[in-house]
Amino acid sequence: MFKQFLHGAEGMDQYLIFSMIVFMVFFAGVVAYLFLMKKEDAEELSQIPLNESTTLNDNTHENV
Amino acid sequence: MTQIEQFNYDNKIVRNFGIATVIWGVVGMLVGLWAAIQLYEPAANLGNQFTTFGRIRPLHTNAVIFAFVGNAIFMGVYYSLQRLLKARMFSDMLSKIHFWGWQLIIVAAAITLPLGMTSSHEYAELEWPIDIAITLIWVVFGWNMFGTILRRREKHLYVAIWFYIATFVTVAVLHIVNSFQLPISLFKSYYWYAGVQDALVQWWYGHNAVAFFLTTPFLGLMYYYLPKAANRPVYSYKLSILHFWTLIFIYIWAGPHHLLYTSLPDWAQSLGTVFSIMLIAPSWGGMINGLLTVRGAWDKVREDPILKFFVVGITAYGMATLEGPLLSLRNVNALAHYTDWIVGHVHVGALGWNGLLTFAILYWLAPKIYNTSLFSKKLANTHFWLATLGIIFYAVPMYWSGWEQGQMWKEFGVDGRLVYPEFIKTTINILPLHIMRSIGGTIYLIGVFLMVYNLWKTMKSGKLVANESAEAPALVKENPKGEYWHRVIERKPTMLLILSLIVILIGGMVEMMPTFLVKSNVPTIAAVQPYTPLELEGRDLYIREGCVNCHSQMIRPFRSETERYGDYSKAGEFVYDHPFLWGSKRTGPDLAREGGSKLKKSDGWHYSHLVDPTSMTDQSIMPPYPWLAEQDLNTSMTASKINAMRTLGVPYKEGFENQAVDALNKQAEEIAARLKDEGIRDNDGLEISSKKEIIAIIAYLQRLGTDISKTETATN
Repeated sequence: MFKQFLHGAEGMDQYLIFSMIVFMVFFAGVVAYLFLMKKEDAEELSQIPLNESTTLNDNTHENV
Repeated sequence: MTQIEQFNYDNKIVRNFGIATVIWGVVGMLVGLWAAIQLYEPAANLGNQFTTFGRIRPLHTNAVIFAFVGNAIFMGVYYSLQRLLKARMFSDMLSKIHFWGWQLIIVAAAITLPLGMTSSHEYAELEWPIDIAITLIWVVFGWNMFGTILRRREKHLYVAIWFYIATFVTVAVLHIVNSFQLPISLFKSYYWYAGVQDALVQWWYGHNAVAFFLTTPFLGLMYYYLPKAANRPVYSYKLSILHFWTLIFIYIWAGPHHLLYTSLPDWAQSLGTVFSIMLIAPSWGGMINGLLTVRGAWDKVREDPILKFFVVGITAYGMATLEGPLLSLRNVNALAHYTDWIVGHVHVGALGWNGLLTFAILYWLAPKIYNTSLFSKKLANTHFWLATLGIIFYAVPMYWSGWEQGQMWKEFGVDGRLVYPEFIKTTINILPLHIMRSIGGTIYLIGVFLMVYNLWKTMKSGKLVANESAEAPALVKENPKGEYWHRVIERKPTMLLILSLIVILIGGMVEMMPTFLVKSNVPTIAAVQPYTPLELEGRDLYIREGCVNCHSQMIRPFRSETERYGDYSKAGEFVYDHPFLWGSKRTGPDLAREGGSKLKKSDGWHYSHLVDPTSMTDQSIMPPYPWLAEQDLNTSMTASKINAMRTLGVPYKEGFENQAVDALNKQAEEIAARLKDEGIRDNDGLEISSKKEIIAIIAYLQRLGTDISKTETATN
């Protein structure tokens, strides 16, 4: 009954292994990137949304 | 000395997208409620073909996903992008084209879907001219976004913008790849892919539409609006970067988990499962990062309805992204797939994550851009509780219903036979749960109406600050000495775009290339022949009526399914299916072997069942389709359809298109003659005309599953 499924599984191992290797390499790269990142840099970047003190008073209004 | 520049933020476009969000949200949810009611009261379709479940279900999903959530994304992005970059949007004209173009697309969808103009690909039902319009407007959005990024005054791109960029590039790729169609007429086309390949492309798209339309843009919004609402920075910026890269890398691989136990090659299914499980890590990383952002501010959460919406919305994200991978486990999927469990799962994400975050952003934004305060916190709090209760009343009955469906479909008695061989028994059993689900939806909608009133009063109490003045130092181009290399990426939008593109392409290519190029992945079956012209027309009517919304055509290799429906489905059976019609839900039974020997019914049975389902199946909740017996079949495009199918690789003989209508008429007359022999008459007591649409759909249904019984499987 499952003959069809087994037939379709040809080469399955290599796809899975290749995919996992690609991901692990990528993941290691991202972790290295974060490891090298200075804490103060991260803190500075995290403040960007809160750093809007430059907005002046509203100057133009429009009715709804 | 750095020069200080003065400029204005464009709030009008934010307001416009906000209003569109609210309007389409109400419309989309009302249509959803209407569709839900039809699942226990089919007469709620008002006896009208344009408002029947199969046609309005895609209207509901498109309205909620692309109209409600889509406008919410643009509202949130247009406000936050300007502030994060300290720049006005690149072009007011592009903003306007984007806004009005998107609304026109939604209106086009609202007109064409009830008319039955559908490609049948889930969440991508719109026909090719609208697909092209979507592409153009999406380019306008990207152009405007990247133009703004290039004109920014803030050197570094905050992580929210990374999510926006990934959203833009991935949605573009998904939409284009999933829209390869061969047009037959202005509103009819066939997908380039067939069967297994079409299914893989569709669910690669479908899953990643959830990922990159419903998830990544909202994560970007979360990373901006939650710190703003809580007035504290995100818990961990480093975690947000890890969240971003791992999420976009892994998400793209998970699509095949929608096709477990189907005819998709097993290795692709396994890849889908493995990456779905891995997806828990970045998803929960994001959830934890969001929830911990309000650390030390839980007292504010008690008081502030906006933070309440955020916290419960993010929690819903966590729940949905834990449940999704669990549903990707084969043993869980075996029970849950095709049931209401999936509907419950989807709505925890949609109502909880997308809905609640959108409400939070609307409540936060409206007073800001109208330079006023929220009209009523009390009403917003009431909305929050109604929304939360609504989600619970929606999700719990759906989980319960899904569990019951799964169990009843699979239950064998001591005699080794199915305990519930009649599908209708399960359907009747879950009707009370469907009623409860619509009550949950109603509660959620009442909350939305409260929000509409609250926002309206808020807007009336203030005035729109259409152009909000701001000032910021001009961007200094040179790079500070000694800066680490990794900070470069955070200020290079093009590099970010290219890296995101590479990351998302890897998964798609590894999964799709072998399925398309390695022949052994889709074994062909010698006995499987192209559809006759009448069957092809019938298939198009099946697509028009949205039958695929309630009926699957994919028998999984379980004894419970082969006992009920017949032999399990093979990849080679679908090689001429442009598009595939496997479906994702069994509100009614599977139809893959409807014409096969095990389930074979007479033409007269099908006629009576289509005109009045309860005449054949007592208590059936299938809507009647009397118009099929009244409307003449349009054969003006039959020859074009045969030609198009041949272009797509279906082996019709050269010149067959010239004989197609004659062949169609001949087969139709044979069916009409059999109906006459069975004593079937129309409402006026007259013999059934061979020209009616119902004849074609009967021909198609009777064809289903007949090829496979002809011979053994043969790999070419």
